[in-house]
Amino acid sequence: MSVNDAARAGDATQAKATLEADARGARSRQNRALLLRVIGALALLAVVVAVVDALSHGAFLTAGNLTNVLRQITYNAILGIGQTFVIITAGIDLSVGSLIELTGVVMATFANNVPFHGPLLLGVTLLVGLAVGCFAGFVNAVPVVRLNLPPFITTLAMMLMARGLAFKLAHGQPVTLTDSTAFDATGTGFLFAPLLRPLGFPGIPVPVLWMIVLVVVFAVVLTRTRFGRYVFAIGGNEEAARLAGINVARVKTLVYVISGGCAAVAGLLLMARFGSGSPNTGIGSELQSIAAVVVGGTSLMGGRGSVVATFFGALLIGLLNNVMNLLNIESYTQDIVLGAVILVAVVVDELRKRYLRT
Amino acid sequence: MSGAVAPAPFLRMNGIVKTFPGVKALDGVSFDVRAGEVHALVGENGAGKSTLMKVLAGAYRADGGTVEIDERVVTIDGPKAAEALGIGMIYQEFNLVPDLRVVDNLLLGHEPVRGVFLDRSGAVARASAILAELGVSVPLDLPARRLTVAQQQMVEIAKSLARKARIIVMDEPTAALTEREIDALFALIQKLRAQGVAFVYISHRLEELPRISDRITVIRDGRTIETRPTAALPQHEMVAMMVGRSLATHFPKLPPVDEHAPVVLSVRGLCAQTGVAVHDVTFDVRAGEIVGLAGLVGAGRTDVVRAVAGADVPSAGDVFVQGRRVVAYSPHDAIGAGIAFITEDRKGQGLVLGMNVRENTTLAHLGRFARHGFVDRTKEEATTTDEIAELRIRTPSSEQLVRNLSGGNQQKVVLAKWLIGDAAVYLFDEPTRGIDIGAKAEIYALMVGLLGRGKGIVMVSSELPEVLGMSHRVLVMRQGRLAAEFAGTEATPERVIAAAAGLAA
Repeated sequence: MSVNDAARAGDATQAKATLEADARGARSRQNRALLLRVIGALALLAVVVAVVDALSHGAFLTAGNLTNVLRQITYNAILGIGQTFVIITAGIDLSVGSLIELTGVVMATFANNVPFHGPLLLGVTLLVGLAVGCFAGFVNAVPVVRLNLPPFITTLAMMLMARGLAFKLAHGQPVTLTDSTAFDATGTGFLFAPLLRPLGFPGIPVPVLWMIVLVVVFAVVLTRTRFGRYVFAIGGNEEAARLAGINVARVKTLVYVISGGCAAVAGLLLMARFGSGSPNTGIGSELQSIAAVVVGGTSLMGGRGSVVATFFGALLIGLLNNVMNLLNIESYTQDIVLGAVILVAVVVDELRKRYLRT
Repeated sequence: MSGAVAPAPFLRMNGIVKTFPGVKALDGVSFDVRAGEVHALVGENGAGKSTLMKVLAGAYRADGGTVEIDERVVTIDGPKAAEALGIGMIYQEFNLVPDLRVVDNLLLGHEPVRGVFLDRSGAVARASAILAELGVSVPLDLPARRLTVAQQQMVEIAKSLARKARIIVMDEPTAALTEREIDALFALIQKLRAQGVAFVYISHRLEELPRISDRITVIRDGRTIETRPTAALPQHEMVAMMVGRSLATHFPKLPPVDEHAPVVLSVRGLCAQTGVAVHDVTFDVRAGEIVGLAGLVGAGRTDVVRAVAGADVPSAGDVFVQGRRVVAYSPHDAIGAGIAFITEDRKGQGLVLGMNVRENTTLAHLGRFARHGFVDRTKEEATTTDEIAELRIRTPSSEQLVRNLSGGNQQKVVLAKWLIGDAAVYLFDEPTRGIDIGAKAEIYALMVGLLGRGKGIVMVSSELPEVLGMSHRVLVMRQGRLAAEFAGTEATPERVIAAAAGLAA
């Protein structure tokens, strides 16, 4: 009998070892599949780039142009980060476009009326903007978590209110910064310019650095923290998450607060770039950010998604806009192409998933 | 079966093979069904019954093998094709649209029209004709969500017949029915088979098969083991074929309860209004004791455990765990107080299907695997791997999505999620519903193991033998109240049934 027990114990250890090996195997298989996809995508990209560069007579593949694309996608990518969190919980945030405007107007007005200067002014202004954006996100979330109202409605209402408020506060005009020195570096500056310029690079635009930091930080939050895990669990099965003791209301609220905060950061960068907070700069950006999330492969049904993928979604859209500009394609045609690309991206993603499933 | 010459089969499935990534779900299954026959399909969970039926219904395409109808090979490349061939499928989770009325559900996709408009009176006439033919009465105007489970099932059957089904596949049709409803269902099946309709009948309730089926096919590990007339296949032999080994006793012996053992759960005057109204429920559970909650469906058993677990908010009453009152009721608070709740509906409430085994296992106790908010995956994986080995969860790895596991293995993942915590009380709601005999025995053993560690258990079950075999004490509920209590040998099937039905014992 004791021999039997020992044998069984041995079996268990062995089974465990096999399991561990299998887990490692599964992970390395996943990694390999991912690697193959990345290589495939890069190969395709290389071909497209070569063709586009030829068509644009070499205007595309220049350090200046590519840096420009990165700077242009900054705002959309940052909005997309918050939007990704919201969409993974099977929600949606339509208010981020107007929150750019509201926070921009509030921050510009604030900056014009306080006696601070330099980095202190920048920091305090950002905090004020974040407070406004996060509070709006909180207001978005309350009816969603307390009354189970659809986020489409609450954020639509916020979209209208925030835009109206921005116009009222700004009296219908952009609020120009009386002294923009504290913000110039953030809006239009370059990092490592002296170092990179001899190599043909204009340097790293400061907003791009903000974007990279935010993408990295929130990618880590989403994939490595408890909070991130809960976001996925709620999107995958909210009732199971609740019964597992997860404070669903808190996690969901936080998700909308993050989205509002991201809108505030985008608002600051835009204000710094243009030297003013304007009540109509954000029109349509909520839909752009949703497009970036979707092109990145995040499911609107919730439960799946990635911040890094959203960044690439925003990058793809940005590159497309840029290429079409270089090729002198008129803006109406650009809209048609962009819409078609979004549709194709989603269809291809769905077909790929079905192919993998069967 | 009488000695008549067996007619040619209406349906024949030959050497069906179906492979999923990493799993060979079907490995050459063959069986046939004659017109007017009820053919039972049995096997442990994961044996391949559901996959086989999904191939028949056009939900999956087989990788090999043929399907013949009326001795002609047919191609079933989708649900439409299956429907056209006269194949009706009634899944365990019904496919009714909850907010549509019964009449609209019945004729969904086949609505009678007059020009471009729906022919409302024509629809009502056709629907009532179908129901009248079946001899069942279901209010046509009610939305489907307001029907009882039994009524929904009748509507599903009627729906198949409205589409001229000649063979109807039923997956666990009696799982949620009361005795009387089962009688009505069986009467209906008998009536239809007399008209030549064939049935494939999938069930884990082996004891009901002699009442309803003509032949039985046993499937194990994706292969046909044997097909025999029901009368020639005794239950113990069937079970042995299913598990591939003979199973001795069904229920393990429960260790006796120490009468001085501390009370771990004390429920006082509990009332709830969220589902079935629950009134003034009071009971205690000692360490090392299993208390069974019996009663008819709709008697409020689930509502009691849900209220105790904080899944619903009680309207009155107190719950004490190890003498301490549980305050501010939510699942989070209940877990913190030491209550673990294993829900009855694992797909809807127990698991996040799109997450893997590891993420589901640690979900309720993620704090223990996190430092400064960051999750330690290596630690998670170590614990999950332990649980997989301990509970013998059949999965290729801890990274497999639970969506891809069989029912019994999914249930084990739910258990793993609560076992890694150190709760004082475990609430099991239908712990073995829809899972195979082998897994059932393992879950019973696990419950005994929990008793040995001084835990208290409350178990809700609709299977009377399970309640009687796995409880120290049985509480019988009726219409939201505790109707009777039986300890040990006092609990006989007759007494429990009488108390549940409100009859004088």
